[in-house]
Amino acid sequence: MADHDHDDPHEHGSELSETQLRVRALETILTEKGYIDPAALDAIVETYETKVGPRNGALVVAKAWTDPAFRQALLKDATAAVGTLGYVSPVGDHLVAVENTPQRHNMIVCTLCSCYPWEMLGLPPVWYKSAPYRSRAVKDPRGVLDDFGVKLAKETEIRVWDSTAETRFLVLPMRPAGTEEWSEERLADLVTRDSMIGTGLALTPAEIAK
Amino acid sequence: MNGVHDMGGMDGFGKVEAEENEPPFHETWEGRVLAMQRAMGYAGAWHIDDSRYAQETLPARTYLSVSYYQRWELAMEKNLLLRGYVTEAELKAGHALGPAKPLPRKLTKDVVDAGMTRNSFFRQQQGPARFKPGDRVRTRNINPLTHTRLPRYARDKVGTVELIHGCHAYPDSVATDRGDDPQWLYTVVFDGREIWGPDTDPTLTISIDAFEPYLEPA
Repeated sequence: MADHDHDDPHEHGSELSETQLRVRALETILTEKGYIDPAALDAIVETYETKVGPRNGALVVAKAWTDPAFRQALLKDATAAVGTLGYVSPVGDHLVAVENTPQRHNMIVCTLCSCYPWEMLGLPPVWYKSAPYRSRAVKDPRGVLDDFGVKLAKETEIRVWDSTAETRFLVLPMRPAGTEEWSEERLADLVTRDSMIGTGLALTPAEIAK
Repeated sequence: MNGVHDMGGMDGFGKVEAEENEPPFHETWEGRVLAMQRAMGYAGAWHIDDSRYAQETLPARTYLSVSYYQRWELAMEKNLLLRGYVTEAELKAGHALGPAKPLPRKLTKDVVDAGMTRNSFFRQQQGPARFKPGDRVRTRNINPLTHTRLPRYARDKVGTVELIHGCHAYPDSVATDRGDDPQWLYTVVFDGREIWGPDTDPTLTISIDAFEPYLEPA
């Protein structure tokens, strides 16, 4: 981010520099008032830039693929199951995992704002928070999947979960064929962020070899 | 409120455009906005539902035209002013001009991990759950002028209770400063045709998480 960190308000044109100045002024006021500590803000930003991301969720999925008891525990109570793994940051109390099968494909949206399992997947991408996704996911999920280049069999049921409360959902994608002997670490490389939202599928061994 | 934030089922917003290798933040100020929001939440200045409601009550034109983190910033200014943490004069001056309003705590560097841990929204139950998995329910036809988490597309529809998530703080109450008013929370699933009519993809089901006051027996 260092390349964006500058003091020249003209660099990005007037609209953006206005926002930049406004945010800077707000931080100054809140700091002078004693409400916030800029060093704590630095640490939060750094955490989201370097530590929290979809790898957390990918490791959970890979474990569920290789450990039937963990898979069962995850589907029964994802908060508790994820809590048993030391390497994942605390997920709060309300995580639900939903499993994709050849019969059923799950997809997650928040039509009202941008609810998303941050601890599992990091910050949501812009498209997840955008009007096109929020408006269409519940009405035309196959059309949305088409935008992502995903085609499902016509008879595959689609279940869309609208995150309208504090419950957060994680899709457990299907394990690709030809990965029977793979380790959890290696399997996790196949688990994309979008496959855990339901707008993608896990990568195949052939796709990752490219 | 029936604002533009309640987007489920609207047409005309176009294709979903995904960005390859998207960075966590596109500009430095976006990270500062997110972090300030987190810090003020930790400090106890307002609740997550207050942030959502402040965004929803931005002018519809503004909501649709500014970026995501700009919306957060505007909503934060609204809550700061509304709750007396800063004044208009201070926002204009870009500096503190008067004393601070006391807050329960402050997010400092040594407690950042605590500040990043998601709150629990579980609350002590006030009575037994009215519904159980498998029950048929109809969502109420409500159109409050204030914050609600029952989306328009899912009002006055018949569905089936699938999961019970325990008792949670009730956003409709929290966002209007009436306290947690804990309510049972359920995942309710609808056939796509119940929501969008007979021409809809017959394989589609849609669920919402619905607080008990949104539901009546069907």
